[in-house]
Amino acid sequence: MTTDISDTPAAGPLTLTEPAPGGSRSTGPDRAPNRIGIVIGSIVIVAVFVAPYLLMLLGSLKTQQEITSIPPPFGLPSGPHFENYVNVWSSQVAPFNGLVATVVISVGATVLVLLVATPAAYYLARFRFPGRLAFLFLVLITQMLQPTVLAIGLFKEFLTWTGHMSWVALILVNGAFNLAFAIWIMQAFFASVPKEVDEAAVVDGAGRFQVLFKISLPLVWPGVVTAMVFVFVNSWNEYAAASVMVQDNKLQPLTVSLPKFFGFYSQDWQYVFTVATVAIVPVVVLFSFVEKRLIGGLTAGAVK
Amino acid sequence: MTTLSTSPIEPLPKTGRRRTSSGALGRFAMAVPWLLPAVVLIAAVVLYPAGLMIYNAFRKFSKYGFEQGAAGWSNFHLALTFPGVPMGRIIVNTIVWVVVVVAVTLLISLGLAQFLNKTFRGRKIVRLAIVIPWAASVVMTSSIFLNGLDPNYGLIARMMRALGLLGPTTALTDNPDTAFWVAVVVAIFVSLPFTTYTLLAGLQTVPKDVLEAAHVDGASRGQTYRQIVLPILRPAVAVAALINIINVFNSLPILQILNPTAGYNTGLTTTPLVFLYKTTLGPGVSSALSVLNFAFCLVIIVIYLLLVRPTKEV
Repeated sequence: MTTDISDTPAAGPLTLTEPAPGGSRSTGPDRAPNRIGIVIGSIVIVAVFVAPYLLMLLGSLKTQQEITSIPPPFGLPSGPHFENYVNVWSSQVAPFNGLVATVVISVGATVLVLLVATPAAYYLARFRFPGRLAFLFLVLITQMLQPTVLAIGLFKEFLTWTGHMSWVALILVNGAFNLAFAIWIMQAFFASVPKEVDEAAVVDGAGRFQVLFKISLPLVWPGVVTAMVFVFVNSWNEYAAASVMVQDNKLQPLTVSLPKFFGFYSQDWQYVFTVATVAIVPVVVLFSFVEKRLIGGLTAGAVK
Repeated sequence: MTTLSTSPIEPLPKTGRRRTSSGALGRFAMAVPWLLPAVVLIAAVVLYPAGLMIYNAFRKFSKYGFEQGAAGWSNFHLALTFPGVPMGRIIVNTIVWVVVVVAVTLLISLGLAQFLNKTFRGRKIVRLAIVIPWAASVVMTSSIFLNGLDPNYGLIARMMRALGLLGPTTALTDNPDTAFWVAVVVAIFVSLPFTTYTLLAGLQTVPKDVLEAAHVDGASRGQTYRQIVLPILRPAVAVAALINIINVFNSLPILQILNPTAGYNTGLTTTPLVFLYKTTLGPGVSSALSVLNFAFCLVIIVIYLLLVRPTKEV
């Protein structure tokens, strides 16, 4: 049973489906797609979307001399300078503190959302109760707002949360503003599991929380993973709230601390690119695992 | 009540009708422990700061941030008329920013989604390429463009000069007016992934047999697209537009990073102005502008809904 569900293609609602490879190609309105057009289109699209990040990757492997030469050479870096990835930590950019802040805040927010959204999503999917609509409305409001809109209010609210408490504050903020997405997507996944599965377990004497953790959660793990990755990536990239809520320079996450170096140490662009690569690559990889399932949670609120 | 607590798994949608009011209360009480953490988090970190911001908009603050009593509407007045702020221009910028970014994003995304809806070898790779700006931090992406457009050692600037698009010493990001348009391009770039994915999900709800029937009836591709695909796509376009309006309106780092000119300038929209006010004029005036900003965003959404009527039956 457990393995069944996760293998079905319709593991969750509103996912993008991949057409069977090599499927019929020349029938109906999709007749004879122009092969050359598709190849050229694909190349152009990939080039446009990858180019800036390729610039970043190549820049992170250049020496300072290469990256500040005028005019900039179009060619590849002179032998990849991987030592940048070692030297950056002791450079003036000093990204270690920022990286620690970013990791702690994103992991914290992800765990918080998991703890708060899972029971709510489960209960929403399984029961009708008075106040359900009011709750859905509340969730919808948070989806329409963002930390940027309320940044000044958040700044005042958490003014006294200084030092590491500012991380706790940011965990709460990132958790709250990502809650809506997690609840929408997880409740859709819970709803796709037949209720009878739960009920059988309850008849066998399991408590509701036991059912949730031992029976339902293992069945809906794609939804849980999607929600977790989304919350993690969003918190990792959050900028507006962090820029006003963390006063201590040493405790600011990467998104806030890195741009400060453009003005002062603009000669060290290779290190800026090294840090950007470290900040971008892991989350892009994570995101690519769940990309197909994201749409359901992002648009569910607006559709319902 | 007692029966409820011993058999909590009654299938509720069907039995709701025969429950008494105390049953409804019981069902509410049972839901509380499951939903309370979410309600508390939303109340404390979304609703409370929203209320606090509205309250602060009407309070006077000292230079050091201490509250000094009621301010009436003076914060709002100051927010709109502070000397040196090109307010008219900033409001126009904000409208141009939202309309151009959202409209161009939607147009390009319609094409991208149509392209990705075909079956072809390498489709997965194209999709993964499109997803990158979505996952990547907007701060980092903007930083890459800032470097690329540097008049001395920027590669994008050199390429544009080679194509004759840029003067030999023009620094696009040093001038607030041109920096604004650079930010528009980058904002479109980072908005494309989500929009394309939303429209692609919409395209996949278009029934294949209807398209085939249209084909059999001799409809041209253009006719099929305009008369069948677009109407079905309408809700997806509406959702994408709405979410994009909210995101683009509230976009902060793109404008902050790509328009590095300090202080009040003609490359700003109202959202970065809020954050400038926070440092220069304190929490009262910046709260007032935040409230106005939010109302401004709502007005744009309402105008969009009135103009486009995305829920209208076709």
